[in-house]
Amino acid sequence: MSPVLFELLVRSIWETILMTAASGLISLVFGLPLGLALVATDRGGIAENLWVNRALGAVINGFRSVPFIILLVALIPVTRLIVGTSIGTWAAIVPLSIAATPYYARIAEVSLREVDHGLIEAARAMGGNRWTIIREVLVPEALPGIVAGFTVTLVTLIGASAMAGAIGAGGLGDLAIRYGYQRFETSVMIAVVIVLIVLVCGIQWAGDRLVARLDHRA
Amino acid sequence: MNQHFASVTEVTHPVGGRSAGPNDVVRLIELKRRFGATAALDGVSLSVRQGEILGIIGRSGAGKSTLIRCLNGLERPDSGQVFIEGRDISRLGERELQPLRRRIGMIFQHFNLLSAKTVEDNVALPLKIEGRPRAERLARAAELLELVGLSEKAKAYPASLSGGQKQRVGIARALAARPALLLSDEATSALDPETTRSILALLRDINRQLGLTILLITHEMEVIRSIADRVAVIDAGRIVEQGPVWSIFADPKSAITQSLLGGIRPQLPAEIASRLTQNAGVEAILRIDVAGEAARSPLLSDLALAVPGSFRLVHGGIDHVQQQPVGTLFVAVAGSNEAHLAEVIAFLKARQARVEVLGHVAGSV
Repeated sequence: MSPVLFELLVRSIWETILMTAASGLISLVFGLPLGLALVATDRGGIAENLWVNRALGAVINGFRSVPFIILLVALIPVTRLIVGTSIGTWAAIVPLSIAATPYYARIAEVSLREVDHGLIEAARAMGGNRWTIIREVLVPEALPGIVAGFTVTLVTLIGASAMAGAIGAGGLGDLAIRYGYQRFETSVMIAVVIVLIVLVCGIQWAGDRLVARLDHRA
Repeated sequence: MNQHFASVTEVTHPVGGRSAGPNDVVRLIELKRRFGATAALDGVSLSVRQGEILGIIGRSGAGKSTLIRCLNGLERPDSGQVFIEGRDISRLGERELQPLRRRIGMIFQHFNLLSAKTVEDNVALPLKIEGRPRAERLARAAELLELVGLSEKAKAYPASLSGGQKQRVGIARALAARPALLLSDEATSALDPETTRSILALLRDINRQLGLTILLITHEMEVIRSIADRVAVIDAGRIVEQGPVWSIFADPKSAITQSLLGGIRPQLPAEIASRLTQNAGVEAILRIDVAGEAARSPLLSDLALAVPGSFRLVHGGIDHVQQQPVGTLFVAVAGSNEAHLAEVIAFLKARQARVEVLGHVAGSV
């Protein structure tokens, strides 16, 4: 591999990590509260409100049913509004975040729903309010699942970021298509695949380690 | 009208029947709650005195859980009133209930400990909810863990504890905010008999040492017998009988109470029961229930002196409930002579025993 290609590879790794980390963080910040809202407003939840619950569910399903490559293009006006441009790495973070947030909200919802209702009742019996229940019961008890779900989301984001090349965002996927595939640079293709495997394994390993440390259930 | 009806159907034992006093920690008036077509509570009135242990017993589905959950507002009655320390909480909103619930500790069948918190943080949680500083919370948690005998487990997570230890943590947690009332929701139902005894002994100690009022629900008479001062029997959403435990044990009026007592009171052995006939035979089998004075006196030898005859103890014995002797004796009376039996029964009734001729047997049993 030529030094030029190597430099491209390094830059692409950085772009992929940047896109994954930024949109992962945004999906965590917005997806977790969304997941909490889904569980809390559902029947028998701590803030039961079925209309809000259905509306939230519909919006989330709507975003989740649009293929990412279409979302990427369809959101161009929104991206331009937020970032000021519709091309480049930062521009890709907007559709990535918007796609990952409802995805992560659903994953967080599953973990939060698994928290034993008896624990919520115990907190209520102690005189806890909704905020207490969220802070002391729901989130801590679901934390292993919340972290494991975040790991899955990050890995999915690495895959999705490969498509962001379509709007000139760079990244490993883009490099593999333009150099590895279109210019028959097999070494670039192999290097990209190896880097991706290392990246995914690293995230999964770190996530699993963290979950094991947080999980006191068994 | 309802109140009139309640007074007809509810059997109140002499010492248990009392009007509400100023020392009642809990007073329930005509509590009703329906779930769809079924009435979980169908007009329950009940008081719990300061410092006593009241046991509520009933089969599953009798309304016990709904009743106990009405006491801290986890469940709302459709009608009726719930007075806690003199204050009606049945119409309070969730926000107003929160400070009140801190006056009421609760322990659960499945412990409901937070798996993500250490034992001491679980115990300290009610104080965290109250907004106490961390140092104070941990000092109080240490004190309570000492009380329940789990000091060395302060830093452990609940998953590493046995069922009995988990319930001890549950009890410590329920006491953290110095409640005026402890609610126990089938707290020993998931535990083995030995652990059950130690948990009940702990609750008894706490009741005596701290003067804490305890209301517990259970489906096991053994629990009532071990620690309750007074018992109320609930069936189909109504209190069918209530009174001091020994008095209910001595003289259960309702069929449901008799059936709940079946497991721990002497029953006529099946092999004898199967041979009983209503025709006169060689021996008559009597069931004699005695309590208090009648159980302390030499009843059978007095009987033999007063009404000469042969009386043989077939089964049964004297039990002690709340330091009161309570006995059920199955006695075979030789010869099934009607006039003789009538004399025997008259003598026993005069001695405050309850007698029932169960039948006759052809041969000796």
